[in-house]
Parts: sequence; C-alpha cells; structure tokens
Amino acid sequence: MSGALRANASRTDIDAVVVGAGGAGLWAALELAREGIPTAVLTKLYPTRSHTGAAQGGVCAALGNVEEDHWEWHMFDTVKGGDYLTDQDAAEVLAREAIPAVIELERMGLPFNRTPDGKIDQRRFGGHTRNYGEGPVRRSCYAADRTGHMILQTLYQQCIKAGVKFYDEYHVVDLVFEGGEADKGGRCSGVVGYKISDGSLHVFRAKTVLLATGGYGRAWRVTSNAHSLTGDGMALAWRHGVPLMDMEFYQFHPTGIVGIGILLSEAARGEGGYLLNNEGKRFMESYAPKLMELAPRDMVSRAIYQEVRAGRGIDGKDYVYLDVRHLGRKVIEEKLPDITDFARVYQGVEPISEPVPIQPTAHYAMGGVPTNLNTEVIAGPDGSVVPGLFAAGEVACVSVHGANRLGTNSLVDLLVFGKRAGKRMAAICKSTQLPAARPGAETAVADEMAAMASRPEGVRPAEIRRDLAALMMDNVGVYRDEALLSAAVREIARLKGEYARVRVEDTGSVFNTDLLEARELGYLLDTAEATAVSALARKESRGAHSREDYPDRDDAKFLAHTMVWRGSDGAPAERIAYKPVTITIFEPKPRIY
Amino acid sequence: MSSVELKIQRFDPERDAAPHWVNYTVPVEPMDRVLDVLTRAKELFDGSITFRRSCAHGVCGSDALMINGRNRLACKVRVEQLGKSISVAPLPGLPVIKDLVVDMDAFFGKYRSVLPFLVAEEPAGEGERHQTQEQRDRYDDTTKCILCAACTSSCPSFWAQPDYVGPAAIVNAHRFIFDSRDEAADDRLEILADEDGVWRCRTTFNCVDACPRGINITKAILEVSSAIGSRR
Ligand SMILES: Cc1cc2nc3c(=O)[nH]c(=O)nc-3n(C[C@H](O)[C@H](O)[C@H](O)COP(=O)(O)OP(=O)(O)OC[C@H]3O[C@@H](n4cnc5c(N)ncnc54)[C@H](O)[C@@H]3O)c2cc1C
Repeated sequence: MSGALRANASRTDIDAVVVGAGGAGLWAALELAREGIPTAVLTKLYPTRSHTGAAQGGVCAALGNVEEDHWEWHMFDTVKGGDYLTDQDAAEVLAREAIPAVIELERMGLPFNRTPDGKIDQRRFGGHTRNYGEGPVRRSCYAADRTGHMILQTLYQQCIKAGVKFYDEYHVVDLVFEGGEADKGGRCSGVVGYKISDGSLHVFRAKTVLLATGGYGRAWRVTSNAHSLTGDGMALAWRHGVPLMDMEFYQFHPTGIVGIGILLSEAARGEGGYLLNNEGKRFMESYAPKLMELAPRDMVSRAIYQEVRAGRGIDGKDYVYLDVRHLGRKVIEEKLPDITDFARVYQGVEPISEPVPIQPTAHYAMGGVPTNLNTEVIAGPDGSVVPGLFAAGEVACVSVHGANRLGTNSLVDLLVFGKRAGKRMAAICKSTQLPAARPGAETAVADEMAAMASRPEGVRPAEIRRDLAALMMDNVGVYRDEALLSAAVREIARLKGEYARVRVEDTGSVFNTDLLEARELGYLLDTAEATAVSALARKESRGAHSREDYPDRDDAKFLAHTMVWRGSDGAPAERIAYKPVTITIFEPKPRIY
Repeated sequence: MSSVELKIQRFDPERDAAPHWVNYTVPVEPMDRVLDVLTRAKELFDGSITFRRSCAHGVCGSDALMINGRNRLACKVRVEQLGKSISVAPLPGLPVIKDLVVDMDAFFGKYRSVLPFLVAEEPAGEGERHQTQEQRDRYDDTTKCILCAACTSSCPSFWAQPDYVGPAAIVNAHRFIFDSRDEAADDRLEILADEDGVWRCRTTFNCVDACPRGINITKAILEVSSAIGSRR
C-alpha cells in the first residue's frame, strides 16, 4: 500500500454515526445524546468551520412576533416558491415545526436580535408573504447578518455541554453496506473514515448512519459555497445504489460578488436594497411588480440574465448593481455589517456611498439524497426505505424546497429535519441489533486512494476541476437547453475518463490535502453528472430549472420528482424514474408574484 | 498577469528534520487574496503544499496564518495590500503538523474549559425567553468569534506560558458571562481567576490587531478581570 494510507484500519462498533457537523448533523447529534445513544460524529472540518456558519440572512418561522403570521402561510409560500414540486406534507412539517425549533434555539442561548419588547425580532425575506401571497411578511428571525454563524455556534456549544463525541478532521471516504447495495435491498452498516492528520483508516460499524454533508456548489466556477462543499454524501450514497432526486434544481442566488461568487445576503434586499440596471432602473418592476426585489431567487437571477442579454448590464457587462445607499449608514452598519465588510474587502467597494456590482452565483442544491419525512433514505419512487441510512440538511431531498428554495428555508430545514433525524435514529438504535461485520469493508476505497497517490504520471486534479467548473457554469447554469445539456453530459463523461488517470503528487500520509481534494473531485463529477442527466431529461421549465427550448411548466408530464441512478462500472447514468409529488392542500397554479 | 514572490514555511514530518522556507514566483490577478495565491502555487508547482481552507470569505476560520509577520486570515488579505513579496508561516506557538497546518486540539480544549454554552434553568412554558436589545448588545461583540486562533497565537503571554487559557477562550467566556440569560457567570469567573486565566494578559493588544472579526478582545478581557475583581 502506498505511503498515503496507513495499513491496518481500526474498528469501532457504535450505535449511531453522524457524518457532518453543520446545522443538520449537530442537531441530530444533540438529539441522539439526549436519548443516550452512543454516537460518533465524523467531520472533515472542525465543526465550527462548517458552511452553516456562512448563512447570513435568517431563519423563518411564523412566530408572529411583529405582525400577524401563520404556519399555513409559510407552508403556502414554500409550496409556491418551489413551483409546486414541493411535497406538501413535508412543507407542512417544515412550517409547523419551524416555530418550536426556533424557540428551542433561543432557549439554547442563540442571541437573536430583539424587538423593543424583548422578543425575537423578525424581518422580511424573499418569497415570504402574508395571507397567501398578498405582500411581504416579517417572518425571518435573525442575529444581525450572522444567523448561520450563531446557529452553528449554539448547536456546537450544546453538543459540548451534552458530551457529544466528535471525530474532528475525519474524512468519510466510503459507506459500508451489508446484504447488497441499496438497490438490491441492502442495509447501510457503517462508514469508513480517513483520519486526515495521519492517513489512517477507521471503520465504524453502526446501526444507523446519517449523511449531513451539505451541498456541492463547488461544481460551478462562480459559487457562494465553501471549498469543502463537494457533494460527498450524495456521491457516496449514489455509488451504493441510492438514487439522487431532483438534481436538476440547483439554485443560483442573484447577488454574488462579481467573479468570485461570495454571497451578499438577501438580507440586503430584505432591508430595502434595490437592484438597478445600467439605466439606473429598478428592473424587477418588469418581472415581479408586486414583490419586486423580494421575488424568489430563481426569478431574480433570470431577470438579471435577461437584463444583461438586453444590453442593460453595467457598462454592457454581465452584472448589475445592488444599491443600499438610501438605507443610510446606520442601517447598513448595524443590520448588514458582514455584507458591508465583504463588499469592502473583496471588491474594494463602499456600499454606503457606492452601488455594489453583483451577478448570480451557484448557491444551493434543492435536490439530493431522497428521504421520507423521518429522514430515512428511500430507494425508489415507491418510498421503500434503505435500512440504516438517513440524510438531513442540504445533502437531502425531502422534498421541502421543490424546484426552488425560499431564502431562510434551508436553515429551517436543518433544524427541523436534523432534529427529526436524531429522534428517528434513536428510536431505531433502541430496537435493532448491530449489523453483521463486513471484513475488508475498507479494502475497495483504500485501493482506489492508494492508486491515485502511486501513479507515476497522470492528469492533475486541478485541471479537471477547472474544466468541470467552467462547463457547469456555461452549460448547466441559469438557462439551459438540449444542446447545452447534451454537450455537458458528454463532456462530463470525458472528464470522468480523465479522472480515472488522475494523479496526486503528495504521497505522504500526514495531512494529505492533495489526495483528499482529488477524492472530492470524484464526488463533484458524480453530482455534476446526476445534475446534467436529470436536467436533460426534464423537458419543461420549473423553478430553478429553466429550459429555453421548453419555456413552460408542464404539469401533465413533469409534476414529479426525478430519480436518477448511477451507471454501473463507470457507464454514464441512464436509469431515471419519476416519483409523484404529494399534494395535500394547494392545487398547482401559475406562479406569479 | 503580474506575479509575486511567495515564501512558504514548509515542513513535512515524514521527510524534514526542521521547517524551512521555500520560494515560489506565482502569477496573480488584481483582486487575488493570499489564499488564491497559495492555491495557485499548490496547483501549478507542488501539490504537496499543505494548508487548511474552507469558506474562503472570512467566516469559517480555517486559514488563519502568519502572513508577512502578522496573524491574518489568508482569504481576507488582498495581495495588493502586501506588495511584491509575501511570506506565509503557520500560526506561532502552536505545534506544526505539516507546512501551514497546526495542531488545534489544545486550543479547542481551552475553549471547552470555560463552559462555552448557556447554563440556565429551563424557563417555564413553551415560549422564548425575553431579552432587551440593550441586554443583547452587552455581549454582541464577543458572539462574533470564529475560533480561528489568530488572537491566542499572537499573544506573547501565550508564547511564554502555553498553559495560559488565551484570548479566544476568554472571549467565549465573556459571551456568556455578560448574557442576561446565563446563570453560570460565577463558575466561569472562578475558572478564569486561575493562575493561567485572565491575569496573564499584559494588554499588548496583539490579539485586537490579529482578530479578523474586529472584536475588541482586550476590552472583553478587561471586563472579565474587573468582574472577577468585583466579586472578591
Ligand atoms: C453564503 C451562504 C449564505 C446562506 N444563507 C442562508 C440563510 O440566510 N438562510 C438559510 O436558510 N440558508 C442559507 N444558506 C444555505 C444554508 O446555509 C446551507 O444550506 C446549510 O447551512 C447547509 O447545512 P448542512 O448542515 O446541510 O451542511 P454544512 O453546514 O455545509 O456542513 C457540512 C458538514 O459535513 C462535513 N462533511 C462533508 N463531507 C464530509 C466527509 N466526506 N466526511 C466527513 N465530513 C464531511 C463538513 O465537515 C461539515 O461539517 C446559505 C448558504 C451560503 C453558502
């Protein structure tokens, strides 16, 4: 075996494994600890480095602290925002359970901004309305523009208090299945972890495994996502026969810093910021006259592309302005301090006196590993459960976000479904035995990784990564069509061919980031493939999936979730099935704001 | 594209007896940050150049490094602010694992030692606790900490006495001591009154200079020490 991995894996038996320590993983771990379930949290980053900490804007819950609000309105907005692809039973759970979840966070110590009478303050956010779409409502609970940071800190603090066992900087490189892969009725029986500091492998055998690994925004060149967001959980599940669901729905957030994609939160528009074209006009008037800048993200991102195409980008280029000057120094500095700092540091722009150049940035995966309402991973359209495997947070697709997520609903998703995951896993841990051990569970992945680090020559991962990110940006972005997407599918297959010859230069066993980044590139290629293949198959436009060759929504054919399976032995993905959408209250209607 | 001279302190425990400097001439773009330059050097010249990174915009705290002699986040320092030559070393005072990566375990251990979580009786009923905006503002500054260790590893008292709990842990204690909802201030003050607690602070303000979140750390430390004083 090459120097990059140490021989002799360690073996641990435990009830529950949580992979990932962002908001979803931490809340699940906390719930498991409360139930007294022996749990190991494996995370490739120190928990507080997780990307949940980057969330700025807020977390919605119909508390009604500052004006009338009801969870039914929140549910409706979520369904409509998702262009009716949202499963309505899931949206109901989200909107109802958001309320106790936010209150529980406050009781855990989260420092929310407060109203004059000391209650959690709330502000407006895109797509959140009163009385089923009448106008904006103040629903987003926030802690300045550091809401995600405070959620991550608070949950981590509570995990420390509860004595949760963390394996920091352990990269999970494989899932272990027993009795066949997921599509053959197999059960997930653990994970293989790679300890980054010394290159040793650790096999955890467990009754339950939660994937809480976040998204895969790094598949695109311009993205708000951390370098670490490489779709690990999705790809690992996919490789073991789990389908991925609704991968064609990837959200582009309208306001990223030009060129690098760092996010300027929707809070800037929630507080009253404008979007302006090169004529100085608030162009959202022409696209969403009622909600204007606070229309859902897919619409605003498309509007920016349309303006740019019509030659109304700033200086005729591919960006427009976010203007907050009229809010005044006090609001800008007190309510939007981080955003202001980003514009200053990364663009050299002073938002108090200058408009800020922005363009859409790859931001959020609506799709992912399909689950039921209890976060149990499902194996196909019939909803049959993959025993032992769970998913929550951005990695999962319940589906609460449908074809387009509303701002603040991801944090809600983490809280509500992270908690549900912990509860469900605890119940299952109490009623099942450990699965049979699988000798040599780590052999396959150890061989793959050792091969990468021992090829005398081959392609550098950085080259493939760069090509993939550019391809996804150009061909699988805000607007798509048959030609772009079929070219993308072909090109991804070619890049996968290159990847089979990828070569890592660092051959050491200590903190080998070269090797891990190459491994992560493999996950990105898988998630990119699932995205492009699903997008090609969906011949309609809905939410974030906008086909210029099929501009209309087609409920007769496509009011359904896409499920795509990985091809066997490196062949491109072909098998696709559709799962009906659950509709309980709101009949699909055209989506006008 | 112009270029910069990038000097990296490198150390591979499997090969090197001691850390040494290696120079690279790296092409740069106008808005590049030090993190971009490190990444480009890794991609172009040597895949084994090792550093931590994640969010790349100053909120996760992974890439705190000593850059041109000062502790900074590599993703928050623009190259044009540094001129033509850039030197990058691991955070001082912490054990080096490899290249720019330091062992953070002891650092997080100190953080955990100050009870960094709300301790409070569960309120009656189902509702939220109330807190005025003024009460919340009292500890707002110290909620910003991202545990990057730039402050603690810039502190001469910490270099001299590695058992010193350090600025980052005190900041996180402050965040709870001054939270009107919390009930364990006395326990934390007791912990920080220890000989390796707040008294080791010599108010050199290095921590304030190093903090990428702009936290007034020295002020927080002084508030904690005076709270200890007034309880005696
Ligand atoms: C800039 C930005 C701003 C946002 N603002 C908002 C907002 O205001 N409101 C809102 O609702 N949503 C917002 N979002 C979206 C939301 O923050 C994310 O969707 C959410 O935080 C994801 O949380 P998570 O728990 O699923 O994963 P993350 O927080 O991304 O955590 C993933 C975890 O998985 C671990 N991990 C990954 N792969 C592996 C592996 N192979 N082995 C071991 N561990 C692994 C990582 O170490 C990490 O701990 C924002 C997103 C971004 C990028």
